[in-house]
Amino acid sequence: MKRFNAFVLKEFYHIMRDWQTLLILIGMPVAQILLFGFAISNEIREVSISFVDQDNSRYSREIRQKIDASNYFKEGVEIYDTQEVESYFRKGEIKMAIVVPEGFAEQLVNEGNGQLQVIIDASDPNTASLLSNYIQAIVQSYLDEFNRGAKPPFFIEVRSELVYNPELKGAYLFVPGTISVIMMLISAMMTSISITREKELGTMEVLLATPMSPVQVVLAKVVPYLLLAFFNAVVVLLMGYFIFDVPVNGSVPLLLAEMLLFIVTSLALGIFISSITSSQQVALMISLMGLMLPTILLSGFIFPVENMPLPLQVISNIVPAKWFLLIIKGIMIKGQGIAFFWKETLILLGFTLFFVVLSIKKFKIRLS
Amino acid sequence: MKENISIEVSNLSKHYGKFKAVDEITFDVKKGEIFGFLGANGAGKSTAMKMLCGLLGPTSGEGTVAGFDIYKQSEQIKKNIGYMSQKFSLYNDLTVLENMIFYGGIYGLSRKYIKEKTTTLLKELGFDDKLGTMVSSLPLGWKQKISFTLAHIHNPAIVFLDEPTGGVDPVTRRDFWEMIYKAAEGGTTVFVTTHYMDEAEYCDRISMMVDGQIHGLGSPAELKKQFESTNMDEVFIKLARPNEKV
Amino acid sequence: MKVLFFILEKEFRQIFRNKAMLPIIFVIPVVQLMILSFAVDYEIKNLKLTVVDADRGVYSRKLTEKFTASGYFHLLEYTSDNEEAANLMHGWKTDVILVIPNGFDKDLMNDEVPLVQLRMDAVDGTKAGMAAGYSQAIIRDFIFELVGEEMISMNKQPEFLYKGEVIPINYYNPYMNYKVYMVPGILAILVTMVGAFLSSMNIVREKELGTIEQINVTPIARYQFILGKTIPFWVIGLFEFSIGLVVARLVFDIHVEGSLFVLYFFTSIYLFLILGFGLLISTVTATQQQAMFISWFFLVIFLLMGGLFTPVENMPDWAQKFTYVNPVRFFIEVLRGIMLKGAGFTDLLNQFMLISGYAILLIWFAVRRYKKVDN
Repeated sequence: MKRFNAFVLKEFYHIMRDWQTLLILIGMPVAQILLFGFAISNEIREVSISFVDQDNSRYSREIRQKIDASNYFKEGVEIYDTQEVESYFRKGEIKMAIVVPEGFAEQLVNEGNGQLQVIIDASDPNTASLLSNYIQAIVQSYLDEFNRGAKPPFFIEVRSELVYNPELKGAYLFVPGTISVIMMLISAMMTSISITREKELGTMEVLLATPMSPVQVVLAKVVPYLLLAFFNAVVVLLMGYFIFDVPVNGSVPLLLAEMLLFIVTSLALGIFISSITSSQQVALMISLMGLMLPTILLSGFIFPVENMPLPLQVISNIVPAKWFLLIIKGIMIKGQGIAFFWKETLILLGFTLFFVVLSIKKFKIRLS
Repeated sequence: MKENISIEVSNLSKHYGKFKAVDEITFDVKKGEIFGFLGANGAGKSTAMKMLCGLLGPTSGEGTVAGFDIYKQSEQIKKNIGYMSQKFSLYNDLTVLENMIFYGGIYGLSRKYIKEKTTTLLKELGFDDKLGTMVSSLPLGWKQKISFTLAHIHNPAIVFLDEPTGGVDPVTRRDFWEMIYKAAEGGTTVFVTTHYMDEAEYCDRISMMVDGQIHGLGSPAELKKQFESTNMDEVFIKLARPNEKV
Repeated sequence: MKVLFFILEKEFRQIFRNKAMLPIIFVIPVVQLMILSFAVDYEIKNLKLTVVDADRGVYSRKLTEKFTASGYFHLLEYTSDNEEAANLMHGWKTDVILVIPNGFDKDLMNDEVPLVQLRMDAVDGTKAGMAAGYSQAIIRDFIFELVGEEMISMNKQPEFLYKGEVIPINYYNPYMNYKVYMVPGILAILVTMVGAFLSSMNIVREKELGTIEQINVTPIARYQFILGKTIPFWVIGLFEFSIGLVVARLVFDIHVEGSLFVLYFFTSIYLFLILGFGLLISTVTATQQQAMFISWFFLVIFLLMGGLFTPVENMPDWAQKFTYVNPVRFFIEVLRGIMLKGAGFTDLLNQFMLISGYAILLIWFAVRRYKKVDN
């Protein structure tokens, strides 16, 4: 045990000495959380638009005022001819042109139905549909002022309740998401690199020549990264709690235990990667290209898995972070107990076992 | 510049903060000479050599290599020297010939010339069948010999060898020195650092470095006489540990 | 010039001889472009709906049908048990619960206003917001339909209502296909990643192996060395970009609207920028590991702040100012502009100035930082 401790200490010295890497490992999640929290947003604001008023009636002018008064839009260039719109789209100067056609007011007064056009730069369809929905809402709420007093024959009152996240905070997604990405990357990437590094430099043979068993050697290498990943995850958790009010509604010990399990899964994956490669460069590229993007995109961190085409939904099952995200979101936000995610927990255990067995096999083949 | 002087150095120093890695050394090397630079590990041999090759800027002092000033004309110097570093300097993932073509190409040699020259040089070593061999699969001794061949493929006036025989067996070391002699016979000045004292005997003249300073300079015979020793080992120990009795 | 040729020959040999790296350089990015573009989609379909119908009347069933016929929802459970529905939501089984009260039909017919409840799982706020929007639109439609039916059956004129109709005309992406928007963006990211990682590890690798010293004692000029290290990855980057365009065309049916020449012109300059960035990192670090981590750090921030998933315009002003030093942002804009909108060179003048300015700056820095003589 003493010998083992000495090995762990040696690994720690390695990590602490390379302060640039350490700084990045600790600074990365902090920077990410702050960007997600304060810079990145799905909410549109002050979108540049043009208003083409061909009707020039009381209604069209008042609609224009309502739109200008909202925080969502601001008027950019003045356009008189709808033919010009596209050239401004290409430059990226405006995103939308609202066209009130001649006869709008007349139609509205006579038929109760006024039509206006919005010409939208729909290259980003997500923003495009938000824009037209917002305009629709502004126009209708303006017209509803005239409808006051009129009573429709039928009416249904709808009461919407946003369960678990009434303020629709983005942090409820990005805090658990960042935790899982960070843990996966630090554990899997750092172990695979540090083990292949020893292989590349030839120091691995020296370690294996000591009276330590190969299992002990590998364990000693991963322990510091386990602690580092755990530390990072806790920092993110605390930032979520204190800066963004993300609660832990479920049991904290259970949460920590599940986090530990996921770190172990990732470490096992890292060991597996290092057992199939012998150069740092390859290990790095596999970890980054093969782990980073899938962990971010196929885990349900940013894009819900259910939206993906079936083959991708199937593939997403082999992304460990997908299962971990279900667990951690369940505990933190829904306050679930183990009864709700024992299956996911078993799957993570299964992954761990799988990677460990494969690595041992690979290792044995090389020795014999 | 004196006609037959190839390297001239006076009061050359390199300081790292308070630490004086090289402390006011002065010497010169004649054309065609094999000049040995001896000293313990960390005595400042490699640092001094790197300043002469233009890899490291000096703190103070003066020097010329092949008639060019080490401050202002380092690129001119580089055209006229060959260098074999302490670290292994060939690309493992290229073949012997590909390594030669790359370095030769940098010196402006033509592909045809490099090929012919390499073949001749390797034939002398009985190694010409290995032109297409990947460097990674060669034993260390051969890698060193090829590094040396590479260092003078462009017929430089001076070759700098930084501990060229580290880690190789005695037979290979002898072969290696034969290559050095051959190069010197062809008129090339050889500047070599080593901490093997038996190799010092092979040099025309040697300088002994201790803690960044030159404590002895002359031919092996002169030095042995000066320090009343029978071999270079004794000279070295007397210089490096003046207070110990041999 | 001849010297440069020898350096290039050596670099290319080393790249193509590394059997483990080749698939990583050429295959993984293409596979990622295909897989990830399918994964990335904000459009919410297949929301899992549970209806708690306490009324079980004609209209409550009609409303349920209206939900399932919309295409956005699929009915998971039709029940009258509130508790059961809440449990389903707790275990991620259902996204939306629609609660129709007892007496819904009767109230509706008797001029009363029945109260319908919508409960959304809002852990994913975006999804919940969209679900709420869809649901309200469906209920609104349901009412309009009822009004219409009533008008016909009772032959009476309902009271006059003003209704505004917004007709969207969607340019560039009429089918509102999110992949069309994402493919150029992901292509930009992949070209950036491959370029930055490969070049940042390159010089530092020679440092780690010690071969850099041998090069530094040769009369090689700094610009020759940097060019020799840049051009191979520049060629690989352009090649990779071309494969990406082919994939975009064949798999996603995205045609380049603008000029191919302008597209390649911009990509060529941008690649110099990214390679300059990688080389700069490579000259300030000592190990491949450090080089990799530093480029990773910057890339993640560039990616998040580049407008790939969320528009730059949505960011607060300070963050938008910050994106002016983010080359990835401009390259994404250029690719989307040319590929989707047919933007020409004059439309992208600002981006051109910024990208070429940064490219010159970074390469100049990299050449400056690469020192043959160590002081």
